[in-house]
Amino acid sequence: MQFGIFSVSDITRDPVSGVTPTEAERIDAIVRIARKADEVGMDVFAIGEHHNPPFFSSSPTTLLANIAAQTERLILTTATTLITTNDPVRIAEEYAMLQHLSQGRMDLMIGRGNTAPVYPWFGQDIRQGLPLALENYNLLHRLWREDVVDWEGQFRTPLQGFTSVPRPLDDVPPFVWHGSIRTPEIAEQAAFYGNGFFANHIFWPTSHSLRLIDFYRQRFEHYGHGTKKQAVVGLGGQAYIAKRSQDAYKEFRPYFDEAPVYGHGPSLEDFSTMTPLSVGSPQEVIDKTLTFHDSFGDYQRQLFLMDHAGLPLKTVLEQLDLLGEEVIPVLRKELDARRDPESAPAPTHRGLTEAKYGDRPVRRPRPNANRGDNVTGASPYQDSDAEATYPSLT
Amino acid sequence: MNDQTHDPAPSGRDPAEPFRLVVVSGGVSDPSSTRMLADRIAGRVADRARERGEQVAVDVVDLRELASEISTALVSQLMGPKMTRAVELLGGADGVVASAPVYKAAPSGLFSSFFHVLDSDLLIAKPVVPAATAGTARHALVVDEQMRSLFAYMRAMTVPTSVFAAGEDWNDSELNRRIDRAAIEMLLLMESGFAEQVRSESWKSYQHRYGSAGGTELDIDLSTDLMRLAAGGSAGPRRDGPESS
Repeated sequence: MQFGIFSVSDITRDPVSGVTPTEAERIDAIVRIARKADEVGMDVFAIGEHHNPPFFSSSPTTLLANIAAQTERLILTTATTLITTNDPVRIAEEYAMLQHLSQGRMDLMIGRGNTAPVYPWFGQDIRQGLPLALENYNLLHRLWREDVVDWEGQFRTPLQGFTSVPRPLDDVPPFVWHGSIRTPEIAEQAAFYGNGFFANHIFWPTSHSLRLIDFYRQRFEHYGHGTKKQAVVGLGGQAYIAKRSQDAYKEFRPYFDEAPVYGHGPSLEDFSTMTPLSVGSPQEVIDKTLTFHDSFGDYQRQLFLMDHAGLPLKTVLEQLDLLGEEVIPVLRKELDARRDPESAPAPTHRGLTEAKYGDRPVRRPRPNANRGDNVTGASPYQDSDAEATYPSLT
Repeated sequence: MNDQTHDPAPSGRDPAEPFRLVVVSGGVSDPSSTRMLADRIAGRVADRARERGEQVAVDVVDLRELASEISTALVSQLMGPKMTRAVELLGGADGVVASAPVYKAAPSGLFSSFFHVLDSDLLIAKPVVPAATAGTARHALVVDEQMRSLFAYMRAMTVPTSVFAAGEDWNDSELNRRIDRAAIEMLLLMESGFAEQVRSESWKSYQHRYGSAGGTELDIDLSTDLMRLAAGGSAGPRRDGPESS
C-alpha cells in the first residue's frame, strides 16, 4: 500500500491573510512540500497539469525531475497528465526521460481534462475528448513497448518507423493509472491493459466511485490479468488534521468556505459527511480513511490533497507532519492487517522489473551507429530482433 | 454491466398497487397558493381514480425545504439527503404535478433550479401537469411558454391542459373545470402505461450518462465504437476534422 499526496497546483489567495502567493513562491513551496512528504516517509507525490492561471503546473516532468533529484524514496507521478491535449509521442519521451533520471521512481496517471478552452489551445476539441483519450493511450502504450512503431489513427499524423527515445528504463514501461470518476470507457481501457484505475472521488459520494471500480475489477479479470482482487486501484482523498477535532474545523473552515471548487456551496459539515473529506483529529482521519477499505476492498494507493485553497506553506508542512507521523503509520498497520494475501502489491519499478525478468538480466538497449541520416530504420538497437535493412541507393 | 439490454425503468407496475403521483411545489409561503393548486390537482386525480376503482398515492416535494440543498447542488453537484429522496420519488413516479409561483414573468428560480440539477433523463415519458400561480393574469402564458419547454427538454410528457391560477381565478369555478380536465388527462396517461412502455422499449435511444437517471442508469454497453477503442481497437477510418454529431 502506497500513501502520498497530490497537488492540483492552484495558486489561491489565502483567505485568512488575504495574500495571494506569487508563482515563484508557490513553485518554490511545492518543491518543499514534496521534500517534506519524502522526509515524513510518504511513498508518492503527484502533481496536476494545467495550462491556465491560477495554476502553475504546465510542465510536470520538469518539476518532477527536480524533485526526484532532491528526494530519496518518493515515487513521482501526476494527477493527472492530460492524455487528450498532449501528443502521446511527447508523453512517451518526456516520462521515459523522467523514469531514467528518477531511476524508476515515477509512474503516470492519465486523465482527460475538463476545461473546454484548453483543447483548442492545443489544436483539439473537447467534444472529441473521450475518443482522443482512448486513442492517444493506445498509441502511448505501444510507444513504450515496441522499439519501432508504425501507427495510424484519427487524431494524430501517422507514424512510420518511429522510435520513442529514450526507451523505458530497463525496458520496463512506467506504470500507468487511468483516472476517472464516471466514465466506463476509461475503466474498460485500464482493465484491458491491466493498468491501474484511480478514482479521485473527493467531490463524489462513495457509491458513484464504487460502481465504476467494481466494473474495472470485473473487466480486469475478464481480460486475464488476474482476479478481481488483484486489480490495481487508487483513491483520492482530502484531509485537514489537528490534534483536537474542533481545532481542525475551526482552522480549515475559512479555507473550505473560500475554496475554488466547493466554496460558497455546501457547509463544511455536510461536505465532510457526503464526501471523503476528512477533517478532524488524527484518529478521525484514520477512521474515515479506513471506511474507504470497507467500501472498495484492498487497494494499492491512497493520495491526499493537502495544499490547496490558499493554505499557507507553513500550515501545509505541519499537516504533512501530522499525516506522515500520526495518520499514515496507523493506516499502514491497519490496512496490512486487513489485506488479503491474494491482492496485488502496489506497483513499483522494482516489482515490475522482477515480474518481467525474474532472474534474467534486464534489457538496457544500446543504439546502433547513426547511418548519417539520423534515421535508424527497423532495427535501431544492437539487440533488435530484425536485421537492419537500409534502402538501396542504386 | 453486460452486453444484454436491460430495462432500467421500474418494470411492470402491479395493477393492485396505487399510482404514484409526486407533487413538486415551488411555493414558499405557508399556506401557499402554489402548493394549494398542486394539492387540488393531485386530489382531483385521486378522486377520479377512485371513481374508476383505482388508487393514487401522493407524495409531496416541497421545494422550500430543499432550498439550501438545491443551491448546493447547483454550485457543487452534491446532492443532499432531501434532494436524494426527491430524486428517488420522481424516479419512481407514475406522474408528476409541477407547480411554480411566477415571479418577474418566469417560474421562480427555486423551482427552475430544482429541475436544472436533476438528471435530464430522470422524467423521460412521464406525464406532468404544469401548474403555476401568480398575482396577476398577465403571467398566464408563463406556464405554457416556459414550463412546457423545460419539460420538453427533459422529454417528459406534459398533459394538454396546464393549470394557471391568478388571484381572481380562485373565485371562479372555471379553475375547477381546468383542474378537472388536467386531472383526467393525467389519470388516462398513467393508466395507459405510456411512460412505462416508452421506457422499456426505447430507453436506450435517449441520451444518458453513466450514473444518470438518478443513479439508476448503470448499464454499460460493451459493443460501442468507444468501448472497442478502449480495448485497443481502432476508432474507425481517419477523419480530417472533428466529427459532427
